[in-house]
Amino acid sequence: MSKYPAALGGKSQPPALVRVVRDAGLSAIVAFGLFASMIGLRLFPTGNGMKLHYRWLMLAAVVVAVFAGRVIMLTWRANRPAGTPQPRRIAEAINHAGKYVGAVFLIAAATLPLYGGRYFIDTGILVMTYVMLGWGLTIVVGLAGLLDLGYVAFYAVGAYSYALLSTTYHLGFWTTLPIAGLLAAVWGILLGFPVLRLRGDYLAIVTLAFGEIIRVVLINWTSFTGGPNGITDIPRPTLFGLKFNGSGDPDTFAAFFGIDYSLTQRVVFLYYVIFGLALLTNWVSLRLRRLPLGRAWEALREDEIACRALGINVTVTKLTAFAIGAMFGGFAGAFFATRQAFVSPESFNFGESALVLAIVVLGGLGSQLGVALAAVVMIGGSELFRDFAEYRMLVFGVGLVVMMVLRPRGLVSGRTPSIALGARKEIAAELVAQGRG
Amino acid sequence: MAYALQQIINGVTLGMIYGLIAVGYTMVYGIIGMINFAHGDIFMIGAFLSLMGLTVLSALGITSVPLALAITLILACGIAALYGWTVERIAYRPLRGSFRLAPLISAIGMSIVLQNFVQVSQGARDLNLMPLIPGGFKVMEQDGFVVQLSWMQVMISVTTLVMLAIFTWLVTKTSLGRSMRACEQDIKMATLLGIDTDRTISLTFVIGAALATVAGMMFLLYYGSINFYIGFSAGVKAFTAAVLGGIGSLPGAVLGGLAIGLIESLWSGYASVPYKDVAAFSVLAIVLIFMPSGLLGRADIEKV
Repeated sequence: MSKYPAALGGKSQPPALVRVVRDAGLSAIVAFGLFASMIGLRLFPTGNGMKLHYRWLMLAAVVVAVFAGRVIMLTWRANRPAGTPQPRRIAEAINHAGKYVGAVFLIAAATLPLYGGRYFIDTGILVMTYVMLGWGLTIVVGLAGLLDLGYVAFYAVGAYSYALLSTTYHLGFWTTLPIAGLLAAVWGILLGFPVLRLRGDYLAIVTLAFGEIIRVVLINWTSFTGGPNGITDIPRPTLFGLKFNGSGDPDTFAAFFGIDYSLTQRVVFLYYVIFGLALLTNWVSLRLRRLPLGRAWEALREDEIACRALGINVTVTKLTAFAIGAMFGGFAGAFFATRQAFVSPESFNFGESALVLAIVVLGGLGSQLGVALAAVVMIGGSELFRDFAEYRMLVFGVGLVVMMVLRPRGLVSGRTPSIALGARKEIAAELVAQGRG
Repeated sequence: MAYALQQIINGVTLGMIYGLIAVGYTMVYGIIGMINFAHGDIFMIGAFLSLMGLTVLSALGITSVPLALAITLILACGIAALYGWTVERIAYRPLRGSFRLAPLISAIGMSIVLQNFVQVSQGARDLNLMPLIPGGFKVMEQDGFVVQLSWMQVMISVTTLVMLAIFTWLVTKTSLGRSMRACEQDIKMATLLGIDTDRTISLTFVIGAALATVAGMMFLLYYGSINFYIGFSAGVKAFTAAVLGGIGSLPGAVLGGLAIGLIESLWSGYASVPYKDVAAFSVLAIVLIFMPSGLLGRADIEKV
């Protein structure tokens, strides 16, 4: 074997094992530098000053784990089969199965209460809420390409609209739902106006600021919103006036149908309510995409200047995107309030906005199926770690980074044109513009 | 008058801290065009590292306060810089050249990771530090109201100005600074001209993390109480400052930081404390409506 392989420019390459060990060793040294303080030491507050605990064993374990993890990763990478890179193959598989996956998903979701237990249905409600929020935000971020980091503001407006209207004026859920959506849409327009001229990250930070402003106002305007304690005893929704409780009154669901009352009835009902609302969101946004308005949104995402040149009213286009996205956020908020029977400003922090945005981006920005898949993966995934409550968010964050690094363009990265002459051809991810806000 | 002066002194001190963090945001944004959401959490880690350093040194029996502060500052900056480097290496470098929102989501993920890592490893309770630099001097007295300028505030301002001076020298006079500015103007062209852009970007993160750590230490010394959650609000405020000053502009970041600090302290002094964030964010929205690229930012001209 030649000492200077030509392809390497005359520089000899050490054997694979040495390289792997050297690389992993470097990683371990970095890990030691990072964790010697934060894991090796533990601060405890005492009466006067700080008390220190040393956790060298834990530190050593973490450093060894990093070393081993790096070795495994490098070995796996070296032995990976050549050919089509992994993400492309997954993408092709998803695209291929796209139609069936959607149908299977829909059927599985519609029949969930038949085979799932109470816990599954509860998780299903949570996932559906995020699917709905994701589809709502898709209109703003995915279709119109406006980066909105304060979507939670509209969720909050919807939730507090229902909470206040139902506890103060005793309006029912179904009466208040459209009002909550309308109020959220009005807020969408109000907050949309000042940001019309802003683009990209300026837009992002102002929307984030609006989200924070609404939260701070909710916390501090105690006489109106109940402050940090929130609003309690929010009425539950009814089915054509039939309540879900065990009182045995003639206007309860159980008494009307002559069956025994169980808590599952209400949970299943709530599940179908959010399922219906989510389907409504999906249906409306799919229809809107084919209207001139929806096409104007997508054109705006691709190129704002070209839009102006072609005579599209950019102001109206942006404001409708904000308003309609906000309206669905408001619906979801009203549902959230009625499900929890309790709202407080805690539920509407920046983390929620970030989570919904992550679902939209991971879903592939503009793909309806992708959003649903992403919501199942993220919410369902973090449910798996419910027993390790302390580590749950840590794992969630790591998962977010890993998923972005592995699939930066989301689970469903290609895009089918909303409207096409002749057959619809899938547009490859590389050719898809993502908007500049 | 005296009251206003006191509020201005407090606001400038706070603004210095925001300004130091904002420099890190604006630098990263200028070069790779992404919001480094984890930067606020690097600031929080810097504050924790400072507290650990001071605790360890006092356990080792070093009683001289200036010496302990200097050693801690150097150690904390070094370790936090390693955090900055690692975050860039793990979460951002694989996404370079990818579309715009991928690094943003990855950054949000990294911010969640750092926050919860500190919560898991150090607990969720507030940690406190005894005031190390007591005292101050009287600036003026009017109608029985004494305007105080504490040594702590003097130290924060002096340290910030020294750090900014070093940083300005680094950016304008050294070859690293030249590479950074070249990357900021046109990263592809800089690569073609033989600048190691990956190294430049890594060093940008390292420097940004070190500045954030200085800010974290100042925060710890000034307020004396930290927890794992301080990074979020300080980060958002500092990013607001960077945008207000015109993102990508270094003097703009400091100016924006001072503006946010002053708005907060004046609003707390004359209107209401709970709504000080609302005031800061509202000013941001109003300024951006009339000057969409911030106070000192260049207008974004788009070619078709």
